[in-house]
Amino acid sequence: MTPTTKRHTGRLAAALLLLSSAAPTAAGELSWSAEISGEVRAFPNRPAFPRQQGDALVPSVSVEPEVVTEWNDRRDRFTFVPFARLDAGDDARSHVDVREANWLHLEDNWDTVVGIAKVYWGVTESRHLVNIINQTDQVEDVDEEDKLGQPMVNGNVTTDWGTFGLFILPGFRERTFADVEARLGGPLPIDDSHATYESAAEARHVDFAARWRKTIGDWDVGLSQFIGTSREPRLIPTVRAGETVLVPHYEQIDQTGLDVQLTAGATLWKFEAITRGGQGDRFAAAVGGLEHTLYGVFESNADIGLLAEYLFDGRDNDRAPPTSADDDFFLATRLTLNDAQDTALLAGVIVDRDTQTTLFSIEAERRLGDSWKMEMEARLFLNVASEDPISAVRNDDVITLRLTRYF
Amino acid sequence: MLNAPLRKPHSNPMLARLGLAAAVVLLTVLPATAQTPEKKGRTIAEEVDRRDLGWGDSATTLEMILRNSQGETSIRELRFQSLEVNGNGLGDKSLTIFDRPRDVEGTAFLSHTKITEADDQWLYLPALKRVKRISSANKSGPFMGSEFAYEDLLSPEVEKYTYRWLRDEPCGDVQCFVIARFPVYENSGYSRQEIWIDTSEYRIMKIDFYDRKESLLKTLVNSGYRQYLDKYWRALTLEMVNHQTGKSTTLNFADYKFQVGANENDFTPDRLKRVR
Repeated sequence: MTPTTKRHTGRLAAALLLLSSAAPTAAGELSWSAEISGEVRAFPNRPAFPRQQGDALVPSVSVEPEVVTEWNDRRDRFTFVPFARLDAGDDARSHVDVREANWLHLEDNWDTVVGIAKVYWGVTESRHLVNIINQTDQVEDVDEEDKLGQPMVNGNVTTDWGTFGLFILPGFRERTFADVEARLGGPLPIDDSHATYESAAEARHVDFAARWRKTIGDWDVGLSQFIGTSREPRLIPTVRAGETVLVPHYEQIDQTGLDVQLTAGATLWKFEAITRGGQGDRFAAAVGGLEHTLYGVFESNADIGLLAEYLFDGRDNDRAPPTSADDDFFLATRLTLNDAQDTALLAGVIVDRDTQTTLFSIEAERRLGDSWKMEMEARLFLNVASEDPISAVRNDDVITLRLTRYF
Repeated sequence: MLNAPLRKPHSNPMLARLGLAAAVVLLTVLPATAQTPEKKGRTIAEEVDRRDLGWGDSATTLEMILRNSQGETSIRELRFQSLEVNGNGLGDKSLTIFDRPRDVEGTAFLSHTKITEADDQWLYLPALKRVKRISSANKSGPFMGSEFAYEDLLSPEVEKYTYRWLRDEPCGDVQCFVIARFPVYENSGYSRQEIWIDTSEYRIMKIDFYDRKESLLKTLVNSGYRQYLDKYWRALTLEMVNHQTGKSTTLNFADYKFQVGANENDFTPDRLKRVR
């Protein structure tokens, strides 16, 4: 976070706290919950770059409390969710964030959100092209599903013609990157304290987004438009004090997104597409495929899901933030035991059609007792082509074991 | 497909409607003694439904106690809201919010029941803030690892089954109709259910569930009935025993609240992500 955004979000949070404390009707009692996780990340391979520390096991702890209060017959709600992680092997992964600090107001067919919040758009599983509101908290995981809180003023109205949402997004959040001395950090240091911007307003640029969504029978359709600072930076090699570093550069973009799901019996057909201007030539990207579930397999309560998606991205990797998902297949299976412990496993591969560069991923989880959960995640980079953007992490296969206590 | 002959006339809604019209004509012409067991069973089911019309909307909380064959228990806490919808091939809407166990706290499940078409269902995953449209084909799967299948908890619309009256017999302190009902919707885990309905208030007292191989699978016993708004009966304890695995699940409902002012807007996928 740059000092400017920090000041900005700080001011916003203060305003919100004032707002909530000045609420006319007495706020209901505070309800709170929390999750505390301890994890160990195992790196079975030796590091690819000499600066990276070679510890095979790296422990880490994180905490995410949630405080909520509601008033005005539950039509108003204030939510505060801070997050903190301490990591033994990566100074950049030791970080804090405000995931949520927002005031939600609900009316019959419209609602508003003011403050720091998280928004999810999209339907596909292998890549989340359309989901653009929040910045990726990349030090958390490489799957881009962990997000930083985004300051916003958002209004949504539901009509017979669908739900329309408008987002004003002040205060840009920079992407987080692993430290150069840590695993998954890559060959060169990323100098994220000197990020550059296309806009003269830099991180203070106010972004806009709009969204329309409607369920039409078996179809769920969403259209979105984003105008503002790209969440994905380009990393520009720059010589600073005699050392080559990578400086994140954030362009101004406009992005139009479409997400569609057809729910047909046990098969979900999913499609997402974007077109983006502002980073070299305008380009399009898409992900499409299906998820088919076999319920109650082998005379048991277990379900097996079969997932297949094709990923295309037409961007110029030299002029836009490079992606590995230019022409790839995703194949996965999801096993859900439907037992009292909610045991579930998702295993899959994303394979590049040209180079056969493969990302292999497993996520498994099981509840222990009433308030503990055990998770295992593995991300393996196989057969990585030297020109593929993920070659920077080719030796950083990682297996994470996590135990979480819920309060 | 054991009940194919029973299912067939209703697989086409037009034919079903014609059949119904014919039944109405016949019923008005023929003396009541000529009523077939099928007609009588359906008439009882319609009366159960008729007596539960007009409740509008309701909200309750419930505790779910899962017991395995060794008697070990685990507990879930849920909130359940529903909205009555009648006509146009549409059924009731319901919203289930999970409070416990803590790792699934905030997860919410929205269902729009339909009479003959597949239900619409969405799931809200709070960690990602993601609303996911899910398949409703999973009728026979266990709900939250319990002995209740999804289909056991969904609104029992009359047209979702065909019926046959079996007999009248005492059940507990009261007299009951015993009817069989045969699911006509797809993907049911049952060949039939036998239902005990008390003859005075038309409340479901007990259900025996038979699996697709016609073996007795589960028994549900409803108890602790309370009447709301001087009209609507709700069982506050539901006890489901699985005879094949020895597992059981008890649902203990807290008091129901009726007509709390919920409307269609509270049961949309967009509002699902605001649920708490």
